[in-house]
Formats: sequence, C-alpha cells, structure tokens
Amino acid sequence: MYHLRSLIRHLRVEVLVLPSRVIALVFVIGLLLFPLLTQDPYLLRMLILASLFSIYAASWDLLAGYAGQISLGHALFFGVGAYTTALLGLHLGLHPYLTVPLGAIVATLAGLFVGVPCLRLRRHYLALATLAFPLMLTGIVFMFPNFSGGEGGIWRIGRLASTRVGEYYLIVGVMLVAVFSLWRIAGSRVGLIFHAIREDEVAARALGINTVRYKLLAFAISGFTAGAAGALYAHFARIAGPSNLDLFMSFQPVIWTIFGGAATIYGPVTGVFVLYPLLDSLHVLLPQYRMLLFALLVLFILRFMPQGVTTWIRDAIETSCPSCRVRNAATRRSCRACGTPLRN
Amino acid sequence: MVADILVNGLVRSGVYAMLAVGFGLVFGVGRVLNLAHTAFYMVASYGILHFVATGLGTPLAVFLTALGVIAIGLALYKFFIEPVREMEATVLIATLAVAILLQELLLVFFGSEIRHVPAAFPGYTRIAGVRLGNQEMATLVLAAISLLGTWLVLSRTRLGLAIRAAAQDREVANLMGINVNRVTAIVMALGFLLASLAGAAVAPLLPVEPRMWMHPLVIVLAAVVLGGLGSLKGSVIGAVILAFAEVLVVFLIPGGSYLRTAIALLIMVCVFLIRPEGLFGAGATEER
Repeated sequence: MYHLRSLIRHLRVEVLVLPSRVIALVFVIGLLLFPLLTQDPYLLRMLILASLFSIYAASWDLLAGYAGQISLGHALFFGVGAYTTALLGLHLGLHPYLTVPLGAIVATLAGLFVGVPCLRLRRHYLALATLAFPLMLTGIVFMFPNFSGGEGGIWRIGRLASTRVGEYYLIVGVMLVAVFSLWRIAGSRVGLIFHAIREDEVAARALGINTVRYKLLAFAISGFTAGAAGALYAHFARIAGPSNLDLFMSFQPVIWTIFGGAATIYGPVTGVFVLYPLLDSLHVLLPQYRMLLFALLVLFILRFMPQGVTTWIRDAIETSCPSCRVRNAATRRSCRACGTPLRN
Repeated sequence: MVADILVNGLVRSGVYAMLAVGFGLVFGVGRVLNLAHTAFYMVASYGILHFVATGLGTPLAVFLTALGVIAIGLALYKFFIEPVREMEATVLIATLAVAILLQELLLVFFGSEIRHVPAAFPGYTRIAGVRLGNQEMATLVLAAISLLGTWLVLSRTRLGLAIRAAAQDREVANLMGINVNRVTAIVMALGFLLASLAGAAVAPLLPVEPRMWMHPLVIVLAAVVLGGLGSLKGSVIGAVILAFAEVLVVFLIPGGSYLRTAIALLIMVCVFLIRPEGLFGAGATEER
C-alpha cells in the first residue's frame, strides 16, 4: 500500500507535471496495450522492428550525442551482435536466450577494440576511422563463406518466442528497459562527464576526469546495447547477413538520431518511431518514390528544425527555469521547484 | 600484368585524386563534410550517358554536364546545407540525404539497370610494347590537366590566395575584406566541377548505375583523412596510395575484389595508429 501510494505521488509530482513526460508515459502504455487492440501481423512486425531500431539509435545517441564520439560505423556493433548469435546458434546449437547476451558481450568487446585505436583521433578523423571497421568486417565475412555464410548470410536462425505477440512483448520489453537505462545513464554523473568530454576534452582532463576511461566506457555501453539490438534483430528477421554491416546500416542511426534530436535518448526513439513506420508504409503505397520522399522529408525537417524534432517540440511546450534550470510546462506562471516567476 | 596494374592504378589514382581534391577543398574552406560529393560524380556520369545518347559530341556533353552539376550542386547547397552549416552532425545527415535524393532521382529517370557509355576514344595505342586503351589515356590526361589547373588557380591567382586564406581562418579572412561566403560558393563550384570531370572520365570505363557513388565515397573519405584533412597534397597522395592498394589486391589476391575496400581501409586505420592527424594533416593543436 505504501509503495503504491509513493508510486502515485511520484507519478503526480515527477511525470504528470511535464507534458513531455506525459507524452512518454502515454507512448509506453500505448505500446504495451497495442496487441490488445489488434494483432495484425504487419503492424506488430512494424512496431517490433521500430523497437529494435530504437535501441540501436539510442545507443548511437549515447556515444555520439552525449560523449561526442561521432561514429559512422555503428553497424559494426549491430552486425557483430547479429553474426555472433547466428554463428553460435549455427555451429554450437546454443539457445537464443544464451546467444543474444553473448552477442551483446562480443559487441562490447568490439566497442573496446574500436575504441582503443580511436582514442587519439578527433572529430572528423574519428568519424571516418569508425566508418572503416564494419566495411573491413564485411571483407572478412566474404573471405570465409563456408563459416560465415558469405554473401547470402546465415538463414533460419531460431525464433525468440513461438508467437508473434510473444516476440512483441519480449522485444518491446527489452527496448523499454534498454532505453530507460540509457536515459538514466545519460542523466547521471557519467552522462554529465560525457557532456564535458564532448564540449571540451582538454578542459575535462584538466578537471581530473580520466577521459580515456570514460570514452572507452561510452564505446562499451554503446557497443553492448547496439549488439543486443543486432542479436535480437537476427532472431526476429531470422537472417544475419552482410546487409547488417553495410554503409546504409551505419548511417541509419545517425539519420534517426539527428532527425529526432541528438543528446536526448528519447530523440532517437521518436525518430525511429516516426521515420521507420513512415518509410514502411511508403513502401506499400509508393514503392518507387519511397526513398525519394524520405530524403526530401529529412532535408526539409533539418532545414527548418536543425536541432531535431523532439528538441523543437520540447522547447515549444516547456520552458527552463531561469534560476534553477528545472524544466516546467510552458503554461506555468512560476517554477515548480523554486517558485521563481517565469516569463511567458 | 605489371603494365595492367600500373595503368589501372594510375587511372584510378587520377579519378580518386580529382574527387579527393574537390572534397578536400570543400571541407577546407566550407567546413562541410560533403557526403554527397561522389553523388555529384554519379550525376555527371548519367549526364554524359544522357547527352551522348542524344547525339551531342563529347566536348559539348562534358561542358553541359559540368554546367548542370554545378548548378544543381550550388542550388542544393544554398537551400539545404548553408543554413545548417554550423551544426556538424546535421550537415552530415543533410548531405547524406542529398546523396540519397540524387540516387533516387536517377533511379526514377533512368531505372536501376546497369548502363554503359560508348567510349569517346575507342581503340588502343602501343607504347613500348604495352597496349594502352585510348580512353584510359584520355582519363589520365584529363586528371592531370584538372589537378594542375586547380593547383595553378590556388597558388598563382588572387582568388587562390583568398581561398587559401579562407581555409586557414574564416573569421580573419572575412576581416581582411574577403567575401567568405562568395569564396565558399566558388570553392563549392570548383569541387563540383572536379567531381563532374571525374564522373565524365569514368563514364565510359565503369558501369553506370545508381549505387555507383558509395564505393568511391568510402575511398575518397579514406584518402582525404589518410592524407590529412586540409592538405591537398595529402589528398592526392592518399588517393594514389589507396588506388594502387585496391588495384594490387584485385590483381594479386584471388577473390580480391571482395577485399579491395577492406584492405584500403585497413591501410587508413594503420596510418591513424601512427599519425592520428593523417600523413600531412595539421596537428590537433593547430587545427581551428
């Protein structure tokens, strides 16, 4: 009873006061209740893929948006996760519940493997060096076609659950946990240090922050989550192939994140849940002009909301208190934390 | 075999160098990492395809293509890229979206099938017992002339001085009375010109298809950072290194065409391990 009451109180003072959090709550509840409304396999498939790609995009946001380590080769982690779980299942016959975490762990190691040589690189050099890694791995995959499936990839990977709804709840559950954890990490002390490294690495080091350790930590966390997304994707799509490593796969999280709003964690999720279903339905309606319209939409949105959609919306419905920096609904007259009058 | 490697390597070096120099100039002056650069090269190839098919002579086709590519490029830059130029990540995505836009437009107009452009200079010439394709030689001459021309413009003219000044420090160049925005637009046009000449040069040599921009993009990015961002000499040398690495892998390793990109990128990463700012790049402290 006590816990319930404190939960309700927390909900009232922390969630319902901010429109953006209300939107997030409605989104989560809607996602969880969705299969009760319809079990249309096409819609469920779309939401499952959107959830998987949100994990992937959010992991890019932590690394690039927060820590400022812009990676153009994020497909490496996604692909390593997918290939690890597929190869373990194919050659050792292990169960998906074992191989998916192993895939994420191997992707973490890949993150560290990439992170170490990239520690000395700055900005554009880093972006372009990371671009190289998934393409190099593609070369290796093509070199050993008998082991890795070569160009065709690995087919018929085991399902995660026997029904579509089961898969839906599993993947949406993982997505909510992963995104919430990333959001908590981003809001914690570690997230603050990531901000500092992005803004000025030399200054961060001068303040006594071990930037090497925190940059590697960012690579590891990001690799782990992206690897988990890749591994789950392999089991859901039931194929792990070189397309998981290609150039466009690396660019996609960047598109989603910048479109949604970088350094927010919920931005990339919004980006995926807006752009992915849109692209998918355009595929049905206007297959020929699908990517054309997609590119135009991205260009126009960036032209008029260069900080991303969620940042633009958030600044429209919320204001930041000038004295204590707590966020308030735009309709409030005074700050909810310190009572300072807000100028409307 | 050796002669084949040499000729192919030189032709690829020339094409990659033209693309890399244009890309490097645009980055150096405009501070725009233009992922659409090779998409304009692809548009130029299609332009040549179109104009040659309508029966125009090669020089006129090249001229019209270059003009069209520059016009399209500048229009897209002014409308979509310049307003968001200050935000690096946004520029990255905006230029990528431009590349996809061009790819899809070509798909709509020309279809997805692989096309071939008839050679403008068919036949072979024997030089010292080696059979050289005339088209390959024309490509090499074109690359040499355009790179030399770029170098002359940059080092011998007032415009070149303004470009170099803007590349070193935009703010100070602006204070010295240089119209930095106009210089940026001119450099953009120069970059598009080099890209369209490269596209015109490869159109008869390589299959023309709507995904042909991806592979050169990777190589050009690698070449530019390998040589060091902001150093044109570095870009050319990087392009030559990667072109020869690619050709050697294709000729010497069985099944090497799968590995050519991987090896080229491996070279780039290895250089980074020793020199994080590339071969001729400015050190981290000098960069502004």
